[in-house]
Order: sequence, then structure tokens, then C-alpha cells
Amino acid sequence: MTEPLLELRGINKSFGVVHVLHDVDFAVYPGQVTALVGDNGAGKSTLVKVIAGIYGRDSGDYLFDGKPVHVHGPRDVSALGVEVVYQDLALCDNLDIVENMFLGRELKAGPVLDEVTMESKARETLASLSVRTVKSVRQQVASLSGGQRQTVAIAKSVLWNSKIVILDEPTAALGVAQTRQVLDLVRRLADRGLGVVLISHNMTDVFEVADRITALYLGRVAADVPASEVSHREIVELITAGHSETRGLTDSDTAAI
Amino acid sequence: MSTDTSTPNPSYAGSDFSGDTHRAATLAEAGRDYVNRLRGGDMGSLPAVLGLLTLFVVFGIASDTFLTKLNMANLTLQAASICVLAMALVPVLLLGEIDLSAGVASGTGAAVTALAILDHGQSWPVAVLAGIIAGAIIGFLIGTLVARLGIPSFVVTLSFFLALQGVMLWLIGQGGALRFNQEVLRGLAIKNVPPTVGWISAVVLFAAYAAFALLKYRRQVARDLARPPMSLVAIRIVAFGVIVLGLTWYFNGNRSVNPNFPIEGIPYMIPVVIVILLLMTFLLGRTTFGRHLYAVGGNAEAARRAGINVVFMRTMAFVLCSSLAAVAGILQASYSGSVSPASGGGNVLLYAVGAAVIGGTSLFGGRGKAINGVIGGLVLATVDNGLPLLIDKSYANFLVTGGVLLLAASVDAITRRRRSASGV
Repeated sequence: MTEPLLELRGINKSFGVVHVLHDVDFAVYPGQVTALVGDNGAGKSTLVKVIAGIYGRDSGDYLFDGKPVHVHGPRDVSALGVEVVYQDLALCDNLDIVENMFLGRELKAGPVLDEVTMESKARETLASLSVRTVKSVRQQVASLSGGQRQTVAIAKSVLWNSKIVILDEPTAALGVAQTRQVLDLVRRLADRGLGVVLISHNMTDVFEVADRITALYLGRVAADVPASEVSHREIVELITAGHSETRGLTDSDTAAI
Repeated sequence: MSTDTSTPNPSYAGSDFSGDTHRAATLAEAGRDYVNRLRGGDMGSLPAVLGLLTLFVVFGIASDTFLTKLNMANLTLQAASICVLAMALVPVLLLGEIDLSAGVASGTGAAVTALAILDHGQSWPVAVLAGIIAGAIIGFLIGTLVARLGIPSFVVTLSFFLALQGVMLWLIGQGGALRFNQEVLRGLAIKNVPPTVGWISAVVLFAAYAAFALLKYRRQVARDLARPPMSLVAIRIVAFGVIVLGLTWYFNGNRSVNPNFPIEGIPYMIPVVIVILLLMTFLLGRTTFGRHLYAVGGNAEAARRAGINVVFMRTMAFVLCSSLAAVAGILQASYSGSVSPASGGGNVLLYAVGAAVIGGTSLFGGRGKAINGVIGGLVLATVDNGLPLLIDKSYANFLVTGGVLLLAASVDAITRRRRSASGV
């Protein structure tokens, strides 16, 4: 197997007396979709925020491209090429698609905005992701459907040659056809060689696009397996009980919690 | 590796895909797009423009004097300071905030300018600069209190509305008034651009607009970007030419009632308002600053995550507002010839907010343009100017102006509901 692009080793994180993450190992491989699953309170969001640099870690190593890196905040993480698409998308309804994709990083020609270049680049990025969902890139985001918004948010994250995209519940609020679009897009991102992390509660979605599955149970990694080697039922058991017949945490692991 | 071995079906995935290259190719399509936008609640300045036309027709029929050139020139002078003050409020309204002190800030700016000339013998550019700086300081204080301390702008600017009236009383003195008769500044209202210069400027302005519009169109075609049809671009250029050259022709004609003393030429106030309009349009539409202002107004959290300094943008919106308000105050002083402690008080501010909203700026933030302030300002000045010719009772003026503002705010609220429903 190829070397992981991003690797966390033995991550611990506590909030006061609450020990949220216990010796968590997590790896993201280029060209693969890694699904991060777990029940509410399993520590998925905390792990993502540690990766994103929003939370510091109490102990453990943060490796990028095999080398340990010092991460002190979200800016360091985006400088590495890691982009997080949060559930609430962070798009401005009153701006159009191009304006949203370049928000905060506008291109300029002298003192004025370089609308022409921005529009061409946005168009190229959307085309390279085979996105043809939108009528016009000059459409206001307010007029887009949930799936299209998700698409714009994802396209925004890959516009800057990012290497890893982390998607927090991208299909949670979407209908059938829109979920389809977004999952296709997730697959295409991985096919372009990006490392993709998909956080989802929906096992159908996970099994459809994920190459690897990392299951968290009460702050511990219950399993980190190729998706082809586990069944739907096993993953559900890992999420709900922390172990299945053949793999998972032992009782002594969980007894300490 | 996924358990679903079938490859994603493109036609299914593309169920609501209609192609990325959509653009209105013909005038008819562009028209349909526009109607769709209107239906969706994106009305822009249309209600105000229609209202303005209606008012002109009604007042024109009802009164013999309304449509005379002399009255029209007076109307534009009346409108100038409201228009500029309304434009000043646009950046603040874009953020969904309000500046209730913009009116008295305009009076304070004018008072500082007048004092710099009268008491300190400064030249007019220095005096104007002093007035604008006074405005900027007021705006900075308001902006800091709103953005850093998080006090609602309504409360902060209400206290400034009261406090600045005190400042003006202190500067000018109880019951007094400052003459505003500096040749250049007073000349803005009482002098006119020589007709030849007027014609040359109008032609240059028209040529520049046409050149920019065509150049932009050519770049869009070259890069194959979204663009309006050529015919629409041509119509816009012609319409712009008709308005600019038409107004120049109109004001260059003699409008004096006394045949021995001809009054002709565009009042200087008009080019001043046009320059401010162009600058504000450029700032809001073509610069990073403007883009970030819209972003903060649309979704402050998204703007913050995109790395925009939201606190800075909030502060600067108020600085911009109060500075431009000072300019509006100077124009108003130029029109009336004096500055008193009451300048900019009363309902000046409400007129300006009304003008911006009537013109199509949303009170809910995120939507609005500089031109909205100008169109709305013209509507209110027309009511102000035309209504006394119809009914010479001041209660009618207040009632009608209040009604118009309420109507505009209702249109704003209704279209906003429609927008969120249709998502346009």
C-alpha cells in the first residue's frame, strides 16, 4: 500500500476531565476515500477539528507526507493543502458561484478584481470535476439546490490545489438524486489523486464510495479496515458496540472508559 | 472497492444538470431571464424607476410649473444631498446595520468645514478635507463600538445622533448659524457648468462608458464567459447616451424666466453627485473591499472562515458612511447657504434611509448598490418638490413621504420572502 498522505499517531485529547480521544491512529491515503464513522459522541468531530488545527492535541504525532509537522492553527493546516468542508458549507447566498469560490482569495488585475480570470478558473475547476449541475457560474448561490451548494463548497476546496479534502456529512440533508451527485463528486476527487475523508452516518453512502473505513467507538479506533473486507453488519456492530465477532475493541479496552 | 460495483450512471447523476455554458443568447432570452429574476423577487431599482416616472406624469399633468426647466434644476439640487447621504448609508445597510447618526454627522462635517473657512481662514480644499476627516473620526468611533464591543448599531448611532447635536451646538453656538458663502463651495449650488464644457464632459463620459462596455464584452467573448447578448449591450449604451446627452441638452438650454438674464448649463452639483456615484459603484463592485462588504453582509461566518477580517470591514463601513455623510452635509450647506445646529437633524436621516431602501437597497443586508441611493433620492426629492405644487399643506408631504417609505420597506420584505422561497 502507498504511504499515507496524512497520518495521526496516538492522538489523545481531553476537555477538562472528559477524555475524548484515546490513542487514536488515523491515516489518509492519496487517491482513496477514507470514511470516518462512529456514533454521536464517538469523537469524529473532535478528531476532524484536531486535523483541521482548530483544537490542539494533548499528545500524539501529526505527520504529513511521512514527515512530522507542527500544526498550531487552521492556517498551518490549509497551508499544507488540507481543506475542510463543514456541514454548514459557509457560502454567501448573495454572491454568485465564482464570487463564493474565490471569497477571501480574490484574484486582482491591478487595483480591480480580475473577474475574467476568476470566472475562467472557476469554470475550469467545475469542468474538471465534471460538474454540469449549474446553469451558469454567475448564478447566485441562493438559487442553488442543496446538492449544488455542496458541489460548490467542494469545488471551492479543490480550487487551490489542495491535497486532502475533509467532508463533514456532505449528504446529510440531501435527497436521493443530489446525494448521487455528491457521491460521484467525492469519487472523482479521489480519482484525481486527492486524499478524501468522508464523515457520514449513512452506511449505504459509506460503502458506496469509501476505500477504507475507520470506525470510532467512544474515542477509540474500533477498526481501520479496507471497505471490501467488512460487511455492513460488521461496521454497524463496530459503531454501536465497539467490536464485532472478528475485530474491534476487547472488553478490557472499553472497561477503562 | 465499493460494494456498489455499478459505475455511477451519468444520466441519473445528471438529472438536474443543464449544462454549464448556459447564457442568454438573444435579447428575448435575456428579457425572459430578467422577468424570471423579477418574479423571483430580485426587483432592484425597478419599482423606484416606475414610481419616479409615475410621479413625473402626475405632477406634470397637475401643475404647470413642475416640468419647467427652472424647477427641474431646483429639484436636482434638492435631491443632491439626499442622494449622497443615501449612497453613504449603502455600505452600512449592506451589512444589515443602520446608522441613525448619518444625518447629524453630515451637519457636523459641514459645520467643521464652515468653521475652517470662517474662523481659520483655510482654503476650501483644506476645509472640505477637515469636514471629511471629522466624518471619518465619527465613523471610526461608531464602527469600533459596533464591531469590537458588539453593541447594536441602532443603539450606538442613536446615542451619536443625540451627542453630535450637542457637538454642533457647541461648535456653532446657541441659536447661531454659520454662513456658507465660500465662492467655490456655494457655487456648487448657484453656478452652472459652461454649456461647452458640459457638452464636452457629457460626450467624454458617454464615450468612456461605451468603450468600457464594449471592451468588457470583447474580453468575455474572447474567454467564452457568461455574457449578455450584443444587442442588450448596444441597447444599454444607447440608453446611457440618451440619458447623459439628453440631460446635458436639457440643462444647457436657457431656463431663466427673465429674458435679460439667461441661466444655462448643468448645475455643478450634478457632476459632483455623478463622480461620487461612479466612485462608490467602482468601490462596491470592482474592488476586493466591496466584494468583502457584500460577503460580510451575506454571511458573516462564511466571510470570517474565508479569512476576511470582519471587524475591520464593519468598522470601515461606518467610516465610509460618515465620511461620505460629511460630503452630503457640505452639499446641503452649499444649497441652503448656511449651517445651523439643526442641519442634518430632523428627518434628514430618515429621508436618506428611505431613499436607499426605496431605490432597492435591502434593510436586511447583503443587497444594494450606490445607484439605489441616487434613484431613491430622486423619488423623495420629487415628492418633496412636486407635492407642494399640488397640495400646499405640509402634513401632506409628511404623510406621502412616510407612506412611500413604508411601501418601499414592504416591497423589500415581500421580495425577500419571495427570494428565500424561489431562491433567486
